[in-house]
Amino acid sequence: MIEIKNIHKSFNGKVILDDVSGVMESGKINLIIGSSGSGKTVLMKCIIGLIQVDSGQILYDGRNFTELDDKDKKELRTQIGMLFQGSALFDSLNVEQNVMFPLDMFTNMTLSEKKKRVNEVLDRVNLKDSNRKYPAEISGGMKKRVALARAIVLNPKYLFCDEPNSGLDPLTSLVIDRLIIEITKEFNITTVMNTHDMNTVMESGDYILYLYKGKKQWEGNKEDIIFSKDQTLNDFIFASEFLKDAKHMRMIEAKQAKS
Amino acid sequence: MIKFLTHFGRYLMMLREMFSRPENARVYWKEFIHQCNEIGIGSLGIVVIISLFLGAVTTVQTAYQLISPLVQKYVIAQIIRDSTFLELSPTVVCIVLAGVVGSKIASELGNMRVSEQIDALEIMGINTKTYLILPKIFAAFIVIPFLITISMFLSVWGGYLAGTLSGIINEQQFSQGLVTEFIPFNLTFGLIKSFTFAFIISSVSAYFGYHVKGGALEIGRASTTSVVVSCILILFADYGLAALLL
Repeated sequence: MIEIKNIHKSFNGKVILDDVSGVMESGKINLIIGSSGSGKTVLMKCIIGLIQVDSGQILYDGRNFTELDDKDKKELRTQIGMLFQGSALFDSLNVEQNVMFPLDMFTNMTLSEKKKRVNEVLDRVNLKDSNRKYPAEISGGMKKRVALARAIVLNPKYLFCDEPNSGLDPLTSLVIDRLIIEITKEFNITTVMNTHDMNTVMESGDYILYLYKGKKQWEGNKEDIIFSKDQTLNDFIFASEFLKDAKHMRMIEAKQAKS
Repeated sequence: MIKFLTHFGRYLMMLREMFSRPENARVYWKEFIHQCNEIGIGSLGIVVIISLFLGAVTTVQTAYQLISPLVQKYVIAQIIRDSTFLELSPTVVCIVLAGVVGSKIASELGNMRVSEQIDALEIMGINTKTYLILPKIFAAFIVIPFLITISMFLSVWGGYLAGTLSGIINEQQFSQGLVTEFIPFNLTFGLIKSFTFAFIISSVSAYFGYHVKGGALEIGRASTTSVVVSCILILFADYGLAALLL
């Protein structure tokens, strides 16, 4: 579980995050949503420790990340996996070497053990027969899956996904979403995802934190979001007429189910 | 001035933070060997070509200027030897290496920064300065003096070929010139310069590459800046070392 308490962050006097708090539970998909410039990427980078917060606490299962010394931070980071927006695969390494990299760095496994583990995770993300290919030779969806395999190869307790669907077609997006959901439930990982994609929100939002101009505007889950009366949230999530109609239909269905 | 001090401070901090305990010595050793190969083998071709022609051109131009019948022919070989050891091989080759190796290091690190590969390493708990920069500096420190040594030999050989093939100097005169009034410290001085320049090339280009912000355009700018700054620093260091040690 990750708890964030009263996070403040500003750059050159401009407030980016203002008193943001939330609880992200393990085994669940926790989403940070918001329009561009709302501060969601900064919030995620603060939680991971790539950006120092001005004030506030980030608790990883009770351990305050901001107060840990470098050694403990390093140790904690070995329990974190991250899927980057652009995949961030190492260009000079092939698929197998990319996924094996954390094992090379942090374990004393033999080569055959490492290869076995790499094949296991590549199988888990439905990627076979691509071990020898380089990142430049595979599609965007495959890159995301390799990056996901690399992120989970050390069995992390916490998984961060920064806009995992950006640049992917709707079907591949759904495949990646479902894969993340499955892996989260299977390994009881605390998954924190930063997204713009409304399909992802409605598909996987066990906990949703909506940021608006650097402040927490709303929190809830994918069911609550249908009934939310927050105008800024509704304008953001149900921006198109199609989605407005979809929300209306879901509300009618829910009322009928109740009665 | 403030900009210069900011860069200098960040450069020093980068060098300080670079020295931390490796997470896994084997992986670092592999990276070091990879960098030795990239810097050494990758630059060998251009070093060979430049060195041969440096020696050849020096021979022809020295012969052209030594028109006095009082000056013996073997002096040409002496001039080639000393100018090669003291200046041409270490300085000219390192300026070329600043372009070849420096721009490669800066653009590689810049690309890693822009495509979030450095962030990915940070999140894994890896000290990216230690993992990405230290092996490059160590590799340059080992390989560049080695390349300069090869360059010294090839440059003299290029001079010999140009001299003997064109009839400017014969084999015996050239051999006599190479051993006459040879000062071993000149060789040491050339190597001291190559160690200094190797450090400048690798650390300056790593600094500019590591701190890239933006996209492809900034990677190009960082690469160019690293080459320009490295060349200027090499020339400053060249003068400083000559003033101090000769």
